[in-house]
Order: sequence, then structure tokens, then C-alpha cells
Amino acid sequence: MNEAGQLADKIFQLWVEAPHVARHALPGQFMVIRIDEHGERVPLTVSAVDGDLVRIIFMAVGKTTHQLSTLKAGDFIRDVAGPLGRPSEIRSYGTCVVVGGGAGIASCPIIARAAREAGNHVIGIIGARNAGFLILEDEMREACHELLVATDDGSRGFHGFAADVLKKVIGDQKVDCVWIIGPAIMMKVTSGVTRPHKIRTFVSLNPIMVDGTGMCGSCRVMVGGETKFACVDGPEFDAHLVDFDLLMQRQRTYFDEEKTALERYHEHTCRCGEGGHHG
Amino acid sequence: MGERPVTERIHDFLEVDCGLSPEEAVAEAERCLQCKKPSCVKGCPVEIDIPAFIASIAEGNFSGAARIIKENNLLPAICGRVCPQEVQCEGECVLGVKETPVRIGDLERFVADRERRQGLAIPPVAEPTGKRVAVVGSGPAGLTAAAELARAGHTVTVFESLHEPGGVLMYGIPAFRLPKDIVQAEIDQLRKMGVEIRTNHLAGASVPVSDLLAYDAVFVGTGAGLPFFMKIPGEQLNGVYSANEFLTRVNLMHADRFPEYDTPVRHAGRVVVVGGGNVAMDAARVARRLGARVTLVYRRREEDLPARRAEVIRAKEEGVWFELCANPVRIIGDKCVTGVECVRMDMCDLDESGRPEPSPVKGSNFVIDADMCIQAIGQGPNPLLIRKLDGISYGRKGNVIVDEEGKSNLERVYAAGDVATGAATVILAMGGAKKAARAIDRMLREQ
Ligand SMILES: Cc1cc2nc3c(=O)[nH]c(=O)nc-3n(C[C@H](O)[C@H](O)[C@H](O)COP(=O)(O)OP(=O)(O)OC[C@H]3O[C@@H](n4cnc5c(N)ncnc54)[C@H](O)[C@@H]3O)c2cc1C
Ligand SMILES: Cc1cc2nc3c(=O)[nH]c(=O)nc-3n(C[C@H](O)[C@H](O)[C@H](O)COP(=O)(O)OP(=O)(O)OC[C@H]3O[C@@H](n4cnc5c(N)ncnc54)[C@H](O)[C@@H]3O)c2cc1C
Ligand code: SF4
Ligand code: SF4
Ligand code: FES
Repeated sequence: MNEAGQLADKIFQLWVEAPHVARHALPGQFMVIRIDEHGERVPLTVSAVDGDLVRIIFMAVGKTTHQLSTLKAGDFIRDVAGPLGRPSEIRSYGTCVVVGGGAGIASCPIIARAAREAGNHVIGIIGARNAGFLILEDEMREACHELLVATDDGSRGFHGFAADVLKKVIGDQKVDCVWIIGPAIMMKVTSGVTRPHKIRTFVSLNPIMVDGTGMCGSCRVMVGGETKFACVDGPEFDAHLVDFDLLMQRQRTYFDEEKTALERYHEHTCRCGEGGHHG
Repeated sequence: MGERPVTERIHDFLEVDCGLSPEEAVAEAERCLQCKKPSCVKGCPVEIDIPAFIASIAEGNFSGAARIIKENNLLPAICGRVCPQEVQCEGECVLGVKETPVRIGDLERFVADRERRQGLAIPPVAEPTGKRVAVVGSGPAGLTAAAELARAGHTVTVFESLHEPGGVLMYGIPAFRLPKDIVQAEIDQLRKMGVEIRTNHLAGASVPVSDLLAYDAVFVGTGAGLPFFMKIPGEQLNGVYSANEFLTRVNLMHADRFPEYDTPVRHAGRVVVVGGGNVAMDAARVARRLGARVTLVYRRREEDLPARRAEVIRAKEEGVWFELCANPVRIIGDKCVTGVECVRMDMCDLDESGRPEPSPVKGSNFVIDADMCIQAIGQGPNPLLIRKLDGISYGRKGNVIVDEEGKSNLERVYAAGDVATGAATVILAMGGAKKAARAIDRMLREQ
């Protein structure tokens, strides 16, 4: 671990030394980390690379991500496997829009930069609940030709959802390709905007994973009526073919267990006085 | 020493079979007729000199017995436990005609366990040849190839995508059949022989194919880890697992000890396991140990179950209910599984394999209540690396096509184990890997 810090409310970043991932990772790929001997295997997007370092950005939602948020420079993560998944399909499309929501913004700059290098005109849209949750604004501004910002409560940028901003952008000009990365519900709603226009749209799916290499089927999703393994066939898929309701249903498989794990973690960190996070 | 009582063992993951005591081992060894033309040896895929090692046991020379076995089999503690002996060595033993065959597997295990407890001697390693070999995958095939190549003096690097080496031996076969410290001991020994094992390294990604091909030779032992699903309605419901996922969560990630370990597994009161092989038995017995009532659904008859006989019997003793000649047609539930609809199967004409072909009986549908359904209907070769190896020939089922010696059509690329044969057995994976390792060694020396 090289550097650690907080980016926004509940959102943290870590730079991890992992040469085998850093040297070969392409935009859109992810890695699986296991924090310690007792840890779960958790997938996180490779959000930037610098030499032998990879950056992960995550929202503290459950046990693992809370525990990750307490790590400091010099600490260790037990296992880092990757890069996993297929890279984004970066080509020369014309005008591209990269839409990020919440922690999903983490994956956006690396894709936007690559799309720009491939000769596209790149428009970025980032959205969050409020200004306190917004991340990587500067980095996205630099990566894109234009950047639009939206917050649900209007505390920064446009007052409304990223989907509303995207609708406007599509109304104003011809758009050839769109990436949408964020919570499942946000991807579902936002990809509804491009559907009637038949614009090629990619979403990066985040089902529950175990191995991340195609060996368990935990990550299966329905795309165009076919079962796909998100970790090897994706994580990016054609948004207009994805069954988002199923994705959301399957994400809730371990809802109760996740609650138990987090509560137990909080109790434990409080008792030990390690400075637990009350999210 | 026999087996631990059912009432005790279904509450834990400790080994079921306690193994033989020295007295029992000697007595069993004395049953062997020391045949001049031992048919048992023909039944062993790696041709262990069975009468010779048994004679050593009978003389009380246990370490001598270990030496004889190790000439042909580097992982006897594992094979003694998991080989399907009834169709291999023991199936051919002449004593089996009139009485019970010699318990060759148990004897092999006895010798290996004894040797391990006294501390394994590190096999001598030949003068370094300066040649580098990449071994992909650390299941029985990869471990065997690595050991053979290291012994021959080559520099071996093993790439394993998971965080633990061992392949199916670690993530698939449960500890009550194969305790993990046994696998660990074998892996430690490899390391002591100078083999470098890089976990978390997915060949084809963390190690690009061009880097792999820069080695003097590549051994592919990536196994058959791609789980098949039945493709019936309801398979996307929460609570439907592949056996691979279920077993990985419990064996590798210790979900049985959640929340002490972070990885959860669904808490199910009633589980349906689909399939009749070793994988299905393991899934059923693990589910039993997690406290569920378990029904195993298999489409053929009891005598057709491909699983090891001993494990079928143990599964039954442990209370797994067998619903035979039945096949699921639909998984029922709203968001989560609530039942599995099955249809009775009629055994009709013999199919290509000589087994009766089951066909559904119209109108015989019935529902088994369940909150979890585990599918253990087979696995195919993991396609990830194979697809990236430009020009390699593979069969319709995705298995790498190799010659007798494990050589693929690509220069310097060899493969063995499940990735070449399709899902098979530990001993076949090891046998194939050994041949391939010898061929690699020969090729490297000729260069
Ligand atoms: C390809 C991919 C890339 C991802 N990239 C990022 C990222 O860059 N930043 C980020 O914040 N999150 C990312 N996620 C989601 C992230 O993996 C989960 O938030 C994380 O696993 C939560 O772990 P936890 O223990 O903190 O929470 P838990 O309490 O375990 O779970 C909270 C939520 O996370 C989901 N989840 C739990 N376990 C897993 C798992 N093993 N795999 C996937 N989802 C799980 C659950 O459905 C639940 O909604 C990504 C997911 C995938 C599949
Ligand atoms: C639950 C279960 C029970 C079984 N019971 C028995 C039994 O009782 N007796 C018996 O003889 N056989 C049994 N088998 C079958 C036996 O385990 C296999 O035939 C044997 O393990 C095959 O060995 P292998 O080395 O070819 O592959 P595996 O053991 O599958 O090992 C392959 C390894 O390669 C790794 N890998 C894959 N792709 C890559 C990549 N691209 N880069 C890096 N690493 C990679 C995998 O993570 C894995 O660790 C069982 C199998 C299962 C699943
Ligand atoms: S390796 Fe397997 S088949 Fe060969 S003697 Fe041992 S138990 Fe029998
Ligand atoms: S066939 Fe049976 S009796 Fe004959 S040597 Fe082999 S184990 Fe002994
Ligand atoms: S995470 Fe196991 S197959 Fe995708």
C-alpha cells in the first residue's frame, strides 16, 4: 500500500503496489482483493495506474470496504489478483459520453482518457447524491473535452440525475457511444435514455463474485436472454440487452449476512478502540 | 481404526476415515497373494509396483514401502484417499473375485501418512540446467509437473490464479475427505525443492501469453473448472449455486465459519443437489454439515452413480436422501428458490456408454421443497487461457488436444490433467502430467 485517503463522504482511495496487475491492466478491467486471511474476495475496478501502482476507489458499504477504508500507507492487502475481465471496447466511434454515478465515477477517467486517445470527442457526465459524494471532478475535467456535473439535490452543478443531463446532451448533438457506470438502478434508468435513439451503450455490471475467473458462476447475469459470466464475458455489456432487475435481485442474495458482518465488525473495532467507522 | 460415527462427523469437517493402525496395515498387507503377474498394477494409471510396496508393509518396513510408491506416485497421501480404487487397482485385484480385494488405497494412505508425520525428505534435485519452465495451474497436474521438472534441474515457476495453490484439492474436495494440511505439506515440499509458486497470477492476464511463451517450455494444467448449468427455468433465482461456487465458498473461503470469516453462504434448511458424481456427493455432504436436509437428485439408477462407492455409502449414512431416476425440469421461486420440480425418468435403451438412457415419464412431475439448489452436473475446461493461446487446437468441448506425451500442436506448449482430458480424476491428471514433464525434460535436453 502506497497511499491512502478519503475522497468524499464514505468514498476512499488506495494506491496499491501490484506490478502484475499494473503492468497489464487496460481500461474497464478489475481486480479481486482479499484483505487478510479471513477476508472475502472482493472485486474492485482498476481506476488508475502509475508504474507498479494501481488505484482503487471504493465506497464503504459493508465489512470489507469499511475495513479497507482504515488502511494506511505502509499497510498490506493480503491478495491482489488481476487484471480480470475484458477491457472496454475502445474504438474510434465519433462522439462518446462517459457517465459515472457515485463510486462508479472511479472507473470513468481511465475510460474517458482512452476514448479520447482513440480520437473520440469525449463528454463526461458525473452525478452523485450531493456535492459531498462527488469524486474525481478535476480528473474527469482533464480527461474529457467537456464535463457536466449533476447532483440529486442541486448542491453542485445541474440539479437532477445524470440521466437528465445525458438526455439533454443527446438532444443537442449526435452521440455515437455511451458508457454508464454506477449503481445498478442508475445504470438501468440512464441506459433507458439512449435506448430509443439506438445509441451503442455499455454498462459495467457489478454482480457478486467469488473467483473472478469464470469458475463459479456466482456472477451470472442475463444479457439478451443468455446467461453470461460477468467476470469473464464482461463486466461491460450492451446496456440495452441487460436484465437489470435480475442483477439487483441477485445482488441482494446475502443481504442479511452482509448486515451481520458489518455489525460484528463495528462492534469489534469499537471494543478494540481501533477507531471504527460509523457509517 | 475405521470411520468416525455419523452422529459425530456430520457436525464438523474433520476426516471421516481414520485410516489404518500399523497392526491393521500389516494384517491387511499379509492378505496379498504377491501375484507373479499382478493384475492390480494394470488397474493403476501410474503403475505403482503394488505387490512390492505391500510386501514391505508386511515386513514392517514402512519407509521402504513409501519409497517404492513414490517412484511412480508423488502424492500418495492424496491418491490413497481419493482414487476410485474400486474401478482401478482394487477393481483388478484377484482376491476380489472370491472375497474382498486387498485395500490397496488404504495401505498407500497409511504409508504416506506415516512418512509425512515423520517429516518428508526433500527429493534430490539435479544440477541446474538453466532452462526455465512455466507451469500454469497448481492442481494435481501442475504440482506433479512442477515436481518432476524441478527434480530434473529445471527452474520452475507455477502461476496460480487463486490465492491458494492446490486446485480442486483445495477448493473442491472437502476437508472431511482430504484434510488440507496434507495438500499443504506437498506444496511446502515443492517450495523447498526451489519451485516458485506465484498465486493471484492469472495466466493470460497477469502473465500475458507472450511472457509465458518466453519460457523454454510451458505446461498448461488449468483444469476443468467451468461449471455447467442445466439451462432450465429458474436458474437465476437466489439460492441456485454451481457446486463449484458452493464448495469454493465453504472449502476455500470457510463460509461455514461465517462471520469469523467474511465470506457468506446461504443458510438453507432444505437443499437439493443435482448430479451423481463425486462433486455431487461432496456438495451434498457439505450441505449436511451446514445443517440442511439434503436430497440428491440423479437421473439414472443407483448402480449408475459415477461417484466412488464408498462416498455414496457415507453420504447415505449421513442422511442424504437419494431421489434416483429423477431429473429437475424447473426451479420454482419468486426471488429465492422455494422448490425444485422434477420428473421421473424411465431407463430405456442403452446409450453409447453402455448405460441405459434415461427418458422422462410424461405427467410424473413432482416438487421437492427446497431453499437451495446446487447443480453438480459437470464442468468443462476453463477457456480463459486456451482462447488466448493463438493457434492451439482444442476439441469441441474446449479440451486442449495433445499427443501421448502431452504435447500440443504449439511448439514447446504441453498440457495435461482435466484441461486435456475433460473432468477426470486426480491420478489421471498426475499420470498425464508426469508423461508431459518427461517429454519436456527430453526436449529441453536435446536443445
Ligand atoms: C467488476 C466489479 C467492479 C467493481 N468496482 C468497484 C469499485 O471500483 N468501487 C466500489 O466501490 N465498488 C466496486 N464494486 C462493488 C464492490 O465489489 C462491492 O461494493 C464490495 O464487494 C462490497 O464489499 P463489502 O464487504 O464492503 O460489502 P458487503 O456487505 O459484502 O456488500 C455490500 C454490497 O456489495 C455487494 N457485494 C458484496 N460482496 C460482493 C462481491 N464479492 N462481489 C461483488 N459485489 C459484492 C452486495 O451485493 C451488496 O450490495 C465492483 C464490483 C464488480 C463486480
Ligand atoms: C468436488 C470435486 C470432487 C472430486 N473428487 C474426486 C475424487 O474423489 N477422486 C478423484 O480422483 N478425482 C476427483 N475429482 C476430480 C479431480 O479433482 C480432478 O480431476 C483433478 O483435480 C484435475 O487436476 P488438474 O490439475 O487438471 O486441475 P485442477 O485441480 O482443476 O487445477 C487447475 C488449477 O489451475 C488454475 N488455473 C486455471 N486457469 C488458470 C490460469 N489461466 N492461470 C493460472 N491458473 C489457472 C485453477 O485455479 C486451479 O487451481 C473431484 C473434483 C471435484 C470438483
Ligand atoms: S495411485 Fe490410485 S490406482 Fe494407483 S495404486 Fe494408488 S490408489 Fe490404486
Ligand atoms: S492382485 Fe491383489 S493379491 Fe495380487 S498382488 Fe495385487 S493386491 Fe496382491
Ligand atoms: S466470479 Fe466466479 S465465475 Fe465469475
